[in-house]
Amino acid sequence: MALKIVKGSIDRMFDKNLQDLVRGIRNHKEDEAKYISTCIDEIKQELKQDNIAVKANAVCKLTYLQMLGYDVSWAAFNIVEVMSSSKFTYKRIGYLAASQCFHESTDVIMLTTNQIRKDLSSPNQYDTGVALTGLSCFVTPDLARDLANDIMTLMSHTKPYIRKKAVLIMYKVFLKYPESLRPAFPRLKEKLEDPDPGVQSAAVNVICELARRNPKNYLSLAPLFFKLMTSSTNNWVLIKIIKLFGALTPLEPRLGKKLIEPLTNLIHSTSAMSLLYECVNTVIAVLISLSSGMPNHSASIQVSLRSIQHYLGLLAMSKILKTHPKSVQSHKDLILQCLDDKDESIRLRALDLLYGMVSKKNLMEIVKKLMLHVDKAEGTTYRDELLTKIIDICSQSNYQYITNFEWYISILVELTRLEGTRHGHLIASQMLDVAIRVKAIRAFAVAQMATLLDNAHLLTGNTQRNGICEVLYAAAWICGEFSEHLEDPLSTLEAMLRPKVATLPGHIQAVYVQNAAKLFATVLRGQEGAPADRTVAQETSQLLIDRLPLFVQSANLEVQERASCILQLVKYIQKLQQKDVEVAEEVTALFAGELNPVAPKAQKKVPVPEGLDLDAWINEPPSESESEDEGRKPKGKAVFAKEESKHTKPRYTEVDEKELAKRREVRKAEQANNPFYIKASPSSQKVYQDGVGVEHIPVVQIDLSVPLKVPGMPMSDQYVKLEEERRQKDKADKKKKDKKKRREKGEKGRRRKGDSGPESEEDITPAHMVDITTEEMPENALPSDDDEKDPNDPHKKSSKHKKKKQKKEKEEKEKKKKKKHHHHHHHSDGAGDESVQNGNVEEEEPLPVSNQSSSIYSMCDIQGNLQDGSQVVVSVIFENKCDSFIKAMEFNVLDSLNSKLQRPEGAGPHDGLTVPFQLPPGISNEARFVFSVQSIVMPQKLKGTLTFIVKTDDSSTHEKLDFKLHFTCTSYLITTPCYSDAYAKLLESGDLKGSSLKLEGVSQPFHHLLARICFHHHFSVVERIGSCASMYSRSIQGHHVCLLVKTADQTVSIDAKCDEPGLLGNVLDEIKLTFSQC
Amino acid sequence: MIKFLLMVNKQGQTRLSKYYEKVDIGKRPALEADVVKGCLSRKKEQCSFVEYKDFKLVYRQYAALFIVVGISDTENELSIYELVHNFVEVLDKYFGHVSELDIMFNLDKVHIILDEMIQNGHIVETNRNRILAPLLALDKMAEAH
Repeated sequence: MALKIVKGSIDRMFDKNLQDLVRGIRNHKEDEAKYISTCIDEIKQELKQDNIAVKANAVCKLTYLQMLGYDVSWAAFNIVEVMSSSKFTYKRIGYLAASQCFHESTDVIMLTTNQIRKDLSSPNQYDTGVALTGLSCFVTPDLARDLANDIMTLMSHTKPYIRKKAVLIMYKVFLKYPESLRPAFPRLKEKLEDPDPGVQSAAVNVICELARRNPKNYLSLAPLFFKLMTSSTNNWVLIKIIKLFGALTPLEPRLGKKLIEPLTNLIHSTSAMSLLYECVNTVIAVLISLSSGMPNHSASIQVSLRSIQHYLGLLAMSKILKTHPKSVQSHKDLILQCLDDKDESIRLRALDLLYGMVSKKNLMEIVKKLMLHVDKAEGTTYRDELLTKIIDICSQSNYQYITNFEWYISILVELTRLEGTRHGHLIASQMLDVAIRVKAIRAFAVAQMATLLDNAHLLTGNTQRNGICEVLYAAAWICGEFSEHLEDPLSTLEAMLRPKVATLPGHIQAVYVQNAAKLFATVLRGQEGAPADRTVAQETSQLLIDRLPLFVQSANLEVQERASCILQLVKYIQKLQQKDVEVAEEVTALFAGELNPVAPKAQKKVPVPEGLDLDAWINEPPSESESEDEGRKPKGKAVFAKEESKHTKPRYTEVDEKELAKRREVRKAEQANNPFYIKASPSSQKVYQDGVGVEHIPVVQIDLSVPLKVPGMPMSDQYVKLEEERRQKDKADKKKKDKKKRREKGEKGRRRKGDSGPESEEDITPAHMVDITTEEMPENALPSDDDEKDPNDPHKKSSKHKKKKQKKEKEEKEKKKKKKHHHHHHHSDGAGDESVQNGNVEEEEPLPVSNQSSSIYSMCDIQGNLQDGSQVVVSVIFENKCDSFIKAMEFNVLDSLNSKLQRPEGAGPHDGLTVPFQLPPGISNEARFVFSVQSIVMPQKLKGTLTFIVKTDDSSTHEKLDFKLHFTCTSYLITTPCYSDAYAKLLESGDLKGSSLKLEGVSQPFHHLLARICFHHHFSVVERIGSCASMYSRSIQGHHVCLLVKTADQTVSIDAKCDEPGLLGNVLDEIKLTFSQC
Repeated sequence: MIKFLLMVNKQGQTRLSKYYEKVDIGKRPALEADVVKGCLSRKKEQCSFVEYKDFKLVYRQYAALFIVVGISDTENELSIYELVHNFVEVLDKYFGHVSELDIMFNLDKVHIILDEMIQNGHIVETNRNRILAPLLALDKMAEAH
């Protein structure tokens, strides 16, 4: 026996082990297959031996060969033998081989049940572990059924190593043997709160996977997961949890609301891109499920998107774009960069995104960049894609975003220079559309088109069938139809009748000929007034008579017909001219009448003439069917339907009409009572009915310093510049107006960000109005209420409508938020722990006024004005807490040298500002006051008073409330994102002075801490590595403030740098204060 | 969930394969070849996530070795991307400057590591020390013999 063992181990020394096998395969590159087959033979020999070590070695080699694709199923029984070895080193080789080679249909698995059960209950945790791991790969329904109980017991094993594996394998067991889920679930749920994070994570994994299949059943676990989310630090686990929430929120919107805040905190604080991505995805899902605009949250999305790039970022953005287009808009530079990407899928995705993110403000810029790409793009397919996108972008929703149509025409003209594009007809239809619908642009368009016609040889120079010559179709038509705008109709006429035109496609020639006639009429009319030039008119006739025969010979029937018709006409005219007869008027009459665009739903609006019954039979239905009717009735389905319609339809419609009228009445009454229903303004109604209204629309003329008639091709770029200037001017005008208004009424509680942000959408007035309101309608069309819903509606009206509504909603939300906030403050007043709630500053103390019953309560928010470095806007919410009416509120502040309340011109330095509203009992409203600040280095406290009249039923009393306004340095900071490289450069520049701060005993998690600084002190996280983060903010006067925050056991150290040491010191003090209060 | 994990070199030779969802053994080589072809043909600057049939591939290149993970649509691509790196870091810690040869010659050990990290197609452990604990215990046992 002993000898046998010795012999065995000697044998082993000569055996190949795995390493030798690998080496051997590498050394036999030429005859690999042959070498391996000899190896397999050796392995077969080894497996026949009794020695378990030799067997294990052979199985180990088989595992490798299996990976290379060789069939080793013949060794299944040997694998089971090795698995059942008592020695762990061999056992694990067996299990590894089993997990790689066994599958459900391997029959030897049946033999393993007892062995596995034994291993599962082994005292050695690694035995159990390896059995569990192996089992996860080859578990069958039978094994699952037999072992479910054993595994369930292991879920409460003392060793976390076993627990976590058992929990995970339970998922496989559930799949194979669903009955086990019910008894195991309570225990699984328990594992979510396991002290070991590994076990927790395993449980989270399993439940997430289960919940994906049937989310509804797992809603009740949401609070538990919520707790886990705030406590877990493992990003992989967090991702799973957040994913789970993403699946749950559509079922329970309240959950979504709760989630937003912690998710936003995570987004701000995490440095892990994957977690960030998951958070963003879920936030999007939440926002979609809430389906309401939350302006403050879209800001957080912005922050996150900045860092995710390319494919995933674009993917996420396209999701956001659907609900929150504004938040994506600020990334247009990044998206434009993606257009340069080598990956075409990224480029195309970026193009899709651009389509959704244009606004009045950035359209020109985006299109300008796209034009650059058009020039650079290689390959016609991508260029064509760009071209169609440019046109799509510009023309979307009825040219909503175009403010200057001259610019658009020039873009279109520039696009015609593209060689070999297929989209000539698209450009042409755009030109026609714009020229017809925008009256103000016609003169310009005609001038451009005339140039095009003049240079037609450039477009058609290429002999191959060129799609771009379609443009000439549009050009010729526009020049003819609106020829009264032409400067020199004669030369255009000449250009249209050049012999080269005959090479153009037939339908274009036809348009040329027809419009030549229109031009001819214009020329004649132009000459009529000046009898001296009669010769010119005659020469023109001669020109036509000379050139038209070319077209009469055309192979195209349409061209031939028109040409010969017009030729005869001109010959006749010439005769008359020779007799000195005035013909211009008659000729012009041929083409008189303006062509107006027809509204898409005009047909629907045509009223049915009286006495016309569309349902009535024109001829009596054939009588033979009636005679057969009786016989077929029981069977014939078709007859049934006919019969029914014959009898019931007329009655039905009658009822319907009555009913409709009634409903309309009810709805109108409802609308009249509903304060939120915005009624169509009478003026727009009128426009609708009359169908003329062009004269009412003020067309803003642009004063161009450059003469418009640019010889050759126009450049669209100049418009971008001009537009800029125009907007500047408009804005200045508007500001003036605004100021005036403000002086009159004080400031109204408008959108809070309205002032601090860049110019908002509404501020941009278009240079030209799209003439869409004048689309023709049948004469007696009735305006109906459902016009509002029609997507083809004149956009001007509907957008106005929408805007108003949005604004209202926004205001409401704002109020709600404030109230809540307010509430907060009220409760924490005594404890004082949350008094910096708003991230801004403390506000006025609510001083109870002598009269107990009346008290006014206010709350304020101080914010720097980004546009003006010396302005701070203070929003104050006044709430009437008493039950009497409060009116005539006057707000006054004692100015300091540094900070002054901005008062209307002409008011003395001590005059108060009237608050532009009155407060009924229990109501709150917001007023905003602008302060000018000189130095922002020091915090400021301003004293002020609010006087008001409390009106009760029988009397009214004057009241006074003193308060203090505290301008902290934080309120001068504005959250500004910063890229890490820019940040590094900033720090390197050496212009910044340093300072530092230490906080002791801060027990909150690091990401909470960061979120707190971000929130209360307007910083943004630049980079976070472990327990160390860099943060950035900027003051309204452009000071950079950089923080480096580190944490180590309850101590937080903040190293800060700023180019203004005074400001920095104060900001740090304020941060310290924030943390001392929590 | 994770469907499979492959380690392949630039020549397209499989160095390690692990399937968490049943794929017929006969079909594996074809699948591997196809997947590898898809990843190898991509340039460095292209995105590391590829849509493949009805699932996604996440791959990462380390010298001549590619690690390709097949995941279902619902998995977070970036987290898998990071997991791959974590896996390589663990290998690096155990082998010390891990190379393709280490993986070839110690396939069983790499499997142990992988089994500690991923089970059932789910991430089970990411802590390096904990992942290596069973393997180190095993090594100690081998030394004692």
